[in-house]
Amino acid sequence: MTPAVRVLEVLAATGLVTVQDAGRPGFAHLGVPRAGWLDEPAALLANRLVGNEASAAVLEVLGTVAVRPAGPTWVAVTGACSPVSVAGRAVAFGEPVHVPAGAVLRVDLPMTGVRSYLAVAGGIAVEPVLGSRATDTLAWVGPARVEGGARLPIGAAAGEPQALDTPRAPMVSALRLLPGPRADWFDGDPLDALVAGPWTVDADSNRVGLRLDGPALRRHPAYVGRELASEGMVLGAVQVPPSGKPVVFLADHPVTGGYPVAAVVHPDDLWMCAQVGPGERLRFRRG
Amino acid sequence: MTAVLSVSGVPGVTAVRPVGATAALVEVDDAAHALALSLWLRSRVAALDVVPAAATVLVDGCSAADLHAVVGHWTGSADTPDGPLVEVPVVYDGPDLAGVAGLLGLTVDEVVAAHTETEHVVAFCGFAPGFGYLAGSPWDVPRLASPRAWVEPGSVGLAASWTGVYPTASPGGWQLVGRTDVVLWDPSAPRPALFEPGTRVRFVQVAALGGGS
Repeated sequence: MTPAVRVLEVLAATGLVTVQDAGRPGFAHLGVPRAGWLDEPAALLANRLVGNEASAAVLEVLGTVAVRPAGPTWVAVTGACSPVSVAGRAVAFGEPVHVPAGAVLRVDLPMTGVRSYLAVAGGIAVEPVLGSRATDTLAWVGPARVEGGARLPIGAAAGEPQALDTPRAPMVSALRLLPGPRADWFDGDPLDALVAGPWTVDADSNRVGLRLDGPALRRHPAYVGRELASEGMVLGAVQVPPSGKPVVFLADHPVTGGYPVAAVVHPDDLWMCAQVGPGERLRFRRG
Repeated sequence: MTAVLSVSGVPGVTAVRPVGATAALVEVDDAAHALALSLWLRSRVAALDVVPAAATVLVDGCSAADLHAVVGHWTGSADTPDGPLVEVPVVYDGPDLAGVAGLLGLTVDEVVAAHTETEHVVAFCGFAPGFGYLAGSPWDVPRLASPRAWVEPGSVGLAASWTGVYPTASPGGWQLVGRTDVVLWDPSAPRPALFEPGTRVRFVQVAALGGGS
């Protein structure tokens, strides 16, 4: 292959399209968010379908994207179930799809879910920053957001495209909650209040956090008006500001925070936070 | 409810709190203990992240029970760590310098003298990549009542007993006393942050920045 073949030309992008991989944990003590794909199972599936290593970077699409690979290549779209087309003809979602040279691949707004993942054989090969190609939208570490006119380098294909392996039921169910470090700041067990809900996803949710609206969690009388010294935060932390409305910290969360963490979402359920949109209901259960 | 594991017999450490199943928070007396413990833990637990803060150390990738067992073996103290020493040239002409001096009952020259004579140490980072919270000042400086929407990179600010230098332009509520041109954050460098937890910092007053002076 000539180098020119290994380029993905971005014709148009709407919403928020970013390059994502497993992120860059390990730099939190320097103030760097981990970033990385929000729906990890979907992104890993997309990579498997096109024969990529699990670490290959993909495009996370919240909106729509149209791309033109400079040469023939395999692609796969997973995550939010979206219409996918090549040269204007509908092709499969969740399967490896061949894109001939010069053809345009489009991913349109999903029928269900929020974020889709586009893997290209060889992976998006932008220059890594601190060991990762992920875009962090809090401090903007990593590559810039993907916009029309971008030309993204593509790596050499590592393997053969694979048939659909273990499809995940694309159903969002109740998220399992584990105990957080500051349960004593709340009036009663905060897991009870979080499980009771119900919660509605706020419109200002993003890659930093999933903001929830519902019956406000109440602080224990001994902690009303008190301030917590900022402390380290984990992915999936359910932080509760004085408003009582919880925020689930996602991949671009600040590395420290000054509000008490009432609970932590089970790591295996975090992907669901990527696939619930504004106005949708969300429930928790004890995990 | 949360099973808080209390710690006894380890000076400066009070408890280990679970953060889900695979992370835990160690509660300590102050930022100096958090820094010292975090540096000790960093080389002793195979964690994803070890994050010191004002009164805690978060260890991501280690259960509370495991961390509790490890922390029980800490015999270290909160002595100033022997980290690398960096000198930071500062022009002390910040918009809040006179106000800070007034609040502290000092002259501007006295504030500058005290700030440059103190050896600071980066207790922890946060807020932005490469933003360190530098301990060393004996002062308690209030944050601005109304944060600035825009703070220039290189601005040197005070808040509570901390000194901080803004690595990149951002909003900010710290009282600005000066400015520097050192590069605090370069993600392409082998050590991307000039200020890491444990780095010792000395501020040096200069009349002007640049020009290799």
